[in-house]
Amino acid sequence: MRDVKQRVPQIILTVTALLLIASAFVARPGDGSAPAVQRLLAFADQEFATWFSILTVFAFLLGGLNLVATHLVKIRDRGPDRYYSAVTLVSFVVVLAVGMAKLGGPPGLQGDVTAPGSWLSAVFDAVLSPLHATLYSLLAFYIASASYRAFRARSLESSLLLASALVVLLGRIPAGRYLTTWIPEPVAFLRVEELSLWILRVPNTAGQRALMIGIALGVIALAVRMIAGVEKDPRSGGDGS
Amino acid sequence: MIAAFDLSGDLQVWIGALLTLMVFSFLWRDNPFYKFAEHVFVGVSAAYWMVMGFWTTLWPALVLKLFPAAGRWSSPEAPVGAWDPVALIPAALGLLMLARLWPRLSWLGKWPTAFALGTTAGYSLVRYLRSDFLYQIQATIGTGLAPTAGGRWLWQESLAQLLVLAGTVSGLVYFVNTREQKGAYGRVARWGLLVLMITFGASFGSAVMGRVALLVGRFQELLGPWLGIL
Repeated sequence: MRDVKQRVPQIILTVTALLLIASAFVARPGDGSAPAVQRLLAFADQEFATWFSILTVFAFLLGGLNLVATHLVKIRDRGPDRYYSAVTLVSFVVVLAVGMAKLGGPPGLQGDVTAPGSWLSAVFDAVLSPLHATLYSLLAFYIASASYRAFRARSLESSLLLASALVVLLGRIPAGRYLTTWIPEPVAFLRVEELSLWILRVPNTAGQRALMIGIALGVIALAVRMIAGVEKDPRSGGDGS
Repeated sequence: MIAAFDLSGDLQVWIGALLTLMVFSFLWRDNPFYKFAEHVFVGVSAAYWMVMGFWTTLWPALVLKLFPAAGRWSSPEAPVGAWDPVALIPAALGLLMLARLWPRLSWLGKWPTAFALGTTAGYSLVRYLRSDFLYQIQATIGTGLAPTAGGRWLWQESLAQLLVLAGTVSGLVYFVNTREQKGAYGRVARWGLLVLMITFGASFGSAVMGRVALLVGRFQELLGPWLGIL
């Protein structure tokens, strides 16, 4: 039994990955007379992405059930934040009911769930979108204090980081551009908007490419290790069992 | 001159504005209004993405394939499709994922996880090899270091491409940790580190701009549609 628990996940992982990798190198079969292997690879290429999306929705379902269970326990235990847990549960249940019943849209279950006039699209416009944007915009305040602490130019590296960030920032706002309008035309490349463009086009491109190539090599190595069963977590499901 | 208020009569605008102010109240300190908005966000976003996942993925790709007659509820005019037994496989994997809720059966939840990891590994290996490895190398050296336009050599473009090539190679040298970075090799790695620092600075500047743009957007929403000042 222990063997089944240990080996079946690894076999599923390896077979799935190898089928997908092989399918990238084999042409799509034109008709039903293509060899069985070719048809199998085309099937994997076509279906596995859909199955993955379906599993993602089941993962959302698992997360939702977990959320409900966690907050029900908090309410049952009369914890200090039980009223906020109730807020989460009520919000969750109401939006779930509104969305699953497709309220406010075309009659019955017809049409798009976010069709104009549907209650779910109203929830998105009135609640989700403002909250999302405001929570992220809060970072504008904290990023300022964090950058003050991080950017105190103590070395050449941090000075370059600070200078690059400042030039890119100033180059994108009208006030920043106004600062260097006095620079004469023959040396216009020294104007802040030109410097900003140059940083984004030359050193930034070089650095991004080095990062992308490095990350790609890391991802490929990790994928090979996972397929070969050398990586511990995927084989054990992450809990080491 | 004091701007004239023209308060909105739209309930949606009011809800959005009040939730915005509740979140901004965190700048003062953690308080019940912020906590309320935070918990609403968690509940609403979890339910919203579950609903979207169900109607945009699970319904067409699983429910309609296993129960074609259900299509009459969502599209009465459309012809009923055929039953697709292949859909039983993702359905079984999905149900196995829910086995994690029962401790004695939680080991079965590793099977769909293994499938998800295998799919990710398979797709990622090919995609990263192609777009983030080969195409990036091609973009760095494949465009030619001596571009011309109308028979004229564009020396500024050549210089820029040379710098990009040097920066990319030195950045990669910096990432190599299997060799001690000293001597000429160390100097190249040091140059790579400086290029990476400029890159991180540019990314940070862009991130700050993004956050500030969101902040400006929120103020525009408050002052415009809600208060009617703008």
